[in-house]
Amino acid sequence: MNIIVCIKQVPNTTNVQIDHETGRLKRDGLESIINPFDEYAIEEGVRIKERVGGKVTVITMGPPQAEAVLREAIAKGADEGVLLSDRAFGGADTLATSYALSTAVRFLGKFDIVICGKQASDGDTAQVGPGIAEMLDIPHVAYVKKVESVDDKTIKVERMMEDGYDLIESSLPVLLTVVKEINNPRVASLKGKMVAKKAVIKVLDAAAIGADVKKTGLNGSPTQVMKIFTPPQRTGGEKFTGEPNKVAVALVKRLSDLSLI
Amino acid sequence: MANSIKVLNDKCVGCGQCAGACPFGAISMVERPEHPKKFKLVVIDLNKCTYCGTCFQTCKFNSIEIKKDAPQAGVDKSEYKGVWVYAEQRHGEIAGVVYELLNEGKRLSKQLGTTLSAVLIGDNIKSKVQDLISRGADKVYVCDDPVFIEFQDDTYTSILTQLIKKEKPEIILMGATNIGRSFASRVAARIHTGLTADCTSLEIDLGTRNLQQTRPAFGGNIMATILTTGHRPQMCTVRHKVFKEAKVEEGQKGEIVDYKIDVATLVNRTKFLGFIEDESSSVNIGDADIIVAGGRGLGKSEGFKLLKDLAELLGGAVGASRAAVDSEWIPYSHQIGQTGKTVAPKVYIACGISGQIQHTVGMNSSDIIIAINKDASCPMMQTATYALEGDLYEIIPNIIREIKSIRCN
Repeated sequence: MNIIVCIKQVPNTTNVQIDHETGRLKRDGLESIINPFDEYAIEEGVRIKERVGGKVTVITMGPPQAEAVLREAIAKGADEGVLLSDRAFGGADTLATSYALSTAVRFLGKFDIVICGKQASDGDTAQVGPGIAEMLDIPHVAYVKKVESVDDKTIKVERMMEDGYDLIESSLPVLLTVVKEINNPRVASLKGKMVAKKAVIKVLDAAAIGADVKKTGLNGSPTQVMKIFTPPQRTGGEKFTGEPNKVAVALVKRLSDLSLI
Repeated sequence: MANSIKVLNDKCVGCGQCAGACPFGAISMVERPEHPKKFKLVVIDLNKCTYCGTCFQTCKFNSIEIKKDAPQAGVDKSEYKGVWVYAEQRHGEIAGVVYELLNEGKRLSKQLGTTLSAVLIGDNIKSKVQDLISRGADKVYVCDDPVFIEFQDDTYTSILTQLIKKEKPEIILMGATNIGRSFASRVAARIHTGLTADCTSLEIDLGTRNLQQTRPAFGGNIMATILTTGHRPQMCTVRHKVFKEAKVEEGQKGEIVDYKIDVATLVNRTKFLGFIEDESSSVNIGDADIIVAGGRGLGKSEGFKLLKDLAELLGGAVGASRAAVDSEWIPYSHQIGQTGKTVAPKVYIACGISGQIQHTVGMNSSDIIIAINKDASCPMMQTATYALEGDLYEIIPNIIREIKSIRCN
């Protein structure tokens, strides 16, 4: 079974600080990490491989430094890493990103399952996974919380919905986007880290995968950023301190004045 | 020609405004070899730059030059008319977000001098058509067939793209639900057009008829306005509770188009095997007017019992920060924030939640925010409408007692 996992390098924003003067993220020293949702995608790919045999290839698109996240994925059980790196990929929106990644997946040869995290923590769009599936002309199931069974031809998965979950069967090849409920990603083993250190990362540019540069990067993006601005900040309101009883009474009075109670 | 951006070093004074403004962290300041102590030089990392133009707008000295390729010639835009709302239904019920989209869609269609249509796909759903018309739809396209009994990306994408190619709308609004986000992505990729996720504001530029789609980026710290200039339709998704719901107006008339379905033309590679309802998610925090949410400051899972008491008293729901969910004090279905749900209730009571960005992006459009926390300096207390400093285990029982006593009188 050939399993492809598409991952993204994102800024680590778990402990991000805001510059209160400008209201922007403080980017100094912001390290890059694997998109948190992609950790579950890598783990699920490795688990499927452990269940039915095969190979897990991780792909990312980004600057040369993005190689680091591929090595991390290898340390956690993936077999190969492929980096798509080319100026021509820069400034891509979700459609152009889907095009580049799907072209690369096709270029790599036969594949059975493509796995993505449900969305990236920096863009939050959840559009690239289904976009890749469409361009590969394969079905997709989004928000997968469990892979129930998988064989050569079909896969049965649970799709998380707001009110419960749907049980879906799909033919292979298929693309899945996974949610955090699906598994608990393993920590890289020492042996895995050694393997990752020595691994040879395949670096491919647009020409290598046969991508049409009119469809990649900024040129291939139907959407354009018109402007970027800082949202108005919420300013603080009324403060209540002192005896818990008095504080509570004062609050309830405000709420009942506003007819909220 | 390729896109290019460069810094005109003779004009640049090295003020560093552009580096601070760049939302992609692509600009760094380095020392000039010829003036080691004096001016700094701007260096743009082209691997990170998206040519968004923020630095260009920020620079007061016109020292940044951007050349962009003309956007790809897309389609003949004049052929595309009308605003569409995808009337998402699940198990025969119209999703709440649809009524909000009809309200916003109506406003946009009036500005554009065009009509508002709803697209309803499902099995045995004709009874919902009048509901959509009374909420403002001038026209409803109905795709009613047993094959659409359950949402599947393949069949739904086939039918909606057929309809789009035939009718050519200029704007399509969809709910940013689990179904909508998956479905819209696939449709946009098939018809090759732009899609903007989670918009919080939509405006029309009448000259170009472009839809200015504003959405939070980078966890809500920055807003970006996105355009789809060369392609049609312009597609976007909007989360539940972002816009106000359209009011029901009785006696409204609308056109009903019963779209003829040729099942043979529908791609179908997935099979729906069943639905298992989640009993614990019976309280839908997305629909609640009042939410009482707890975070790390609760210190223990029992704290949620107290919050539940208060929520029940107020007729609200219980929410949680990621810290509380990760501590296994409460199930994930209650999580609010970047990796959880987005809510916008009338009143949001944050108990023991410090207000990390990852949490606040999921609740900062609430009308009134009440924070209860021992730490008066935390971001949630700094920005709340009412900030109550103290121990929540002392304050909340007092609030409960006070509300009960008011209600008794």
